[in-house]
Amino acid sequence: MANAPERDAHSGTTTTGHEWDGLKELNTPLPTWWLWTFYATILFSVVWLVLYPALPFTGTGLLGSIARQEADADHAARITAAEPMLARLRQASQPEILADPELRAYAIAGGRTAFGNTCAGCHGAGGQGAPGGFPSLADDDWLWGGHLAEIEQTIRHGIRAPDDAETRLSQMPRFLADGMLTAMQVNDVAEYVLGLSGRGTDATAAARGAPLFAENCVACHGERGEGNRELGAPSLADAVWLYGGDKASVVRSISFARAGVMPAWGARLDPAVIRMLVVYLHSLGGTEGQ
Amino acid sequence: MTTIPSPDQLAPDEQHVPLYAARQRVYPQAVHGTVRQVKWAVLILCLSVYYLVPWLRWDRGPGLPNQAVLVDMAHGRLFFFWLEIWPQEVYYLTGLLVLGAIAIFAATSVAGRVWCGFACPQTVWTDLFMLVERWIEGDRNARMRRDRKPRWSWQDRGRKVAKHAAWLFIAQATGGAWVNYFNDAPTLFMQFLTFQVPMGVLGFMLLFTFTTYLLAGWAREQVCTYMCPWPRFQSAMLDADSFVVAYRAWRGEKRGKARDRGKALTEIAPAGRSATVAALAEAAMPQTIGDCVDCGACVHACPTGVDIRDGYQMGCIGCGLCIDACDDIMRKLHRAPGLIAFETDANLAASAAATRALPAGEARLGPGMAARRIPKLIRPRTVMYAGVVAVVGALMLYGLATRQDVALDVLRDRQPVYVRLSDGGIRNGYALKLSDRRHASTQLAVQVEGLPRGATWQVLDGPGTDAAGRPLVATRADGVAEWRLLVTTPAAALPEGESTPLTIRLLPPGGGNALASRATVFLRPKP
Repeated sequence: MANAPERDAHSGTTTTGHEWDGLKELNTPLPTWWLWTFYATILFSVVWLVLYPALPFTGTGLLGSIARQEADADHAARITAAEPMLARLRQASQPEILADPELRAYAIAGGRTAFGNTCAGCHGAGGQGAPGGFPSLADDDWLWGGHLAEIEQTIRHGIRAPDDAETRLSQMPRFLADGMLTAMQVNDVAEYVLGLSGRGTDATAAARGAPLFAENCVACHGERGEGNRELGAPSLADAVWLYGGDKASVVRSISFARAGVMPAWGARLDPAVIRMLVVYLHSLGGTEGQ
Repeated sequence: MTTIPSPDQLAPDEQHVPLYAARQRVYPQAVHGTVRQVKWAVLILCLSVYYLVPWLRWDRGPGLPNQAVLVDMAHGRLFFFWLEIWPQEVYYLTGLLVLGAIAIFAATSVAGRVWCGFACPQTVWTDLFMLVERWIEGDRNARMRRDRKPRWSWQDRGRKVAKHAAWLFIAQATGGAWVNYFNDAPTLFMQFLTFQVPMGVLGFMLLFTFTTYLLAGWAREQVCTYMCPWPRFQSAMLDADSFVVAYRAWRGEKRGKARDRGKALTEIAPAGRSATVAALAEAAMPQTIGDCVDCGACVHACPTGVDIRDGYQMGCIGCGLCIDACDDIMRKLHRAPGLIAFETDANLAASAAATRALPAGEARLGPGMAARRIPKLIRPRTVMYAGVVAVVGALMLYGLATRQDVALDVLRDRQPVYVRLSDGGIRNGYALKLSDRRHASTQLAVQVEGLPRGATWQVLDGPGTDAAGRPLVATRADGVAEWRLLVTTPAAALPEGESTPLTIRLLPPGGGNALASRATVFLRPKP
């Protein structure tokens, strides 16, 4: 509490009269200019409030500055600055891009960003895919073809994309749901399918399943289950299982069929961006050449 | 020992002490002497370095800036003579700042606030501004007389205008030199002469012009006493063996006019000093008049306006100008110089103890000076400061000496951690980042060591292989090139452990000593 100021004998300075638990505050006066500096900062804040859009319901402030518009202008300027490189990417073929260190580095960097924007939601931030039908783009297993041109085609037109006439289409029958096979037969086919990759457990059931497989599955998946990229039919003999390789998952796949959907990006992305995406995917290491 | 008296009640007219005080203007008087000479030398050195360094040229070849010291913000490069520092090497700057800070600690623990008093930019520019002020407005008395005049003559006004014009010119040169460190100095100078300085550069130039004018012309000692944090904690580095600017009270007290020597103290009116100092003086020197004639020369010379005879204090920046001022007076009085000197607390105490019983004045000089000891230079704090300086300095030297033109960074893919291939094999991907500080691209061979049995590896899209079949990569001149390395193990030969250490090396094509190498791992799924 404030008491009457007194003189501190040790320093010869007066006190402010403030005391806390016996500690008394010496009065070392602040220079007046410091006080005026404080007032100047208050004045500065008022000027700022009026100049910039800080007050509610007053629009843009006297300077007419809107951060959103500035960001848009900045964005447009960057697009303009990038245009020469994008034009080169549109004109160059994929092999040419890969052979030119500057274009290649630019395409990988741009493709990585575009991938994060448009693809990572399903395929994962590094193209690792996700369980339940989102294929890995870093491995060497491709449903519709792993050559750069084929990948570019897939990105452009999508898979089973409803709004694209050239989209990749195929339809696996729902063997159990549509009554084409009985539950017992589905089980037998599943055992046979597991046997293709050496993981079967019931040789008798697999033997029963063999003719059923030949009758119903070979047309798309091939005689030894090697798959058919024309139809987007996956290999059943390898180590990569998009919807799970355990028996329950295989039974479910046969019974109710599987069909993933990917949007067509041709109408939404600049051709140069699609180019960059393909180069980026190539850099992940799983593509099959040009 | 002295006892601290209980608080006095204030006189009625003192009851309302204001919380704010108008600044007491300081009118430092010109001094001449050794310390002043040293200060001029330091000033000339510091200002020469600051103003002239941007004009030094250094040929780095075509397409590169030929300014010896240049911070190239646009390209993210710091050029320092033969060195070219990249942004990711900012630790060199950190090291310099650590070195600077600890070196100031060390200097302070040995010799007090020598940084503040001699080399701090605030002190150097204030000194320069005061010099100009003295040239144009005259010395202390003339300036005080002019400022006290109720009305200035045209000549007074002319001098004021001339002073501020000169200050602004120096301030402008200071701001102009600052931006020279970030732009090509000759180009910028031509732009300046032809009014074509870019707006951003002009903004910084004006900012530094304004702050120089304000801080060195107007704020001066206010910066040291009210703005700078350093005086607040510098006393933590001082001890009894640190040299500080000190008044040898054992020799000077009790103050008085030379003609009063020999008179009894009781005959002399007490000087207006704080109770503690008066009590200390009283207790230590009961005799007669000492060497201090109380002429005030030390106070008049002080650029921060403190009275050093009150003891070491926060306002004292350790410049030592009071030493020169006092020595001058002592010489005129045919007394020994050194009444104010760079002195340690321990010596002050020793001298005071040795002379306590002696009468004030000349009789004390000999025994007092003889009682002084050479201060201990090796003390825990100086050893520690020196140790830190040595370690950080050695680390930086080691870093600079072993700095390679080509650096390799290996970033293992984390998404996915590994890729399962259709044949069951496992593949790991790595980004090889090659920074090349040279300004030409070169090809280097890649070598991977520690591979699991049966593993294969490849560099994607490389420019070929060397004679030994190693894949080549190319660096990017003055930049970073990225290459993809893929390591694959077949399903039949997965390594035993989950993690296998690998070493990736960059060799000259055809083989030779590795230019760079990095350790990384190959990961497989849990067995």
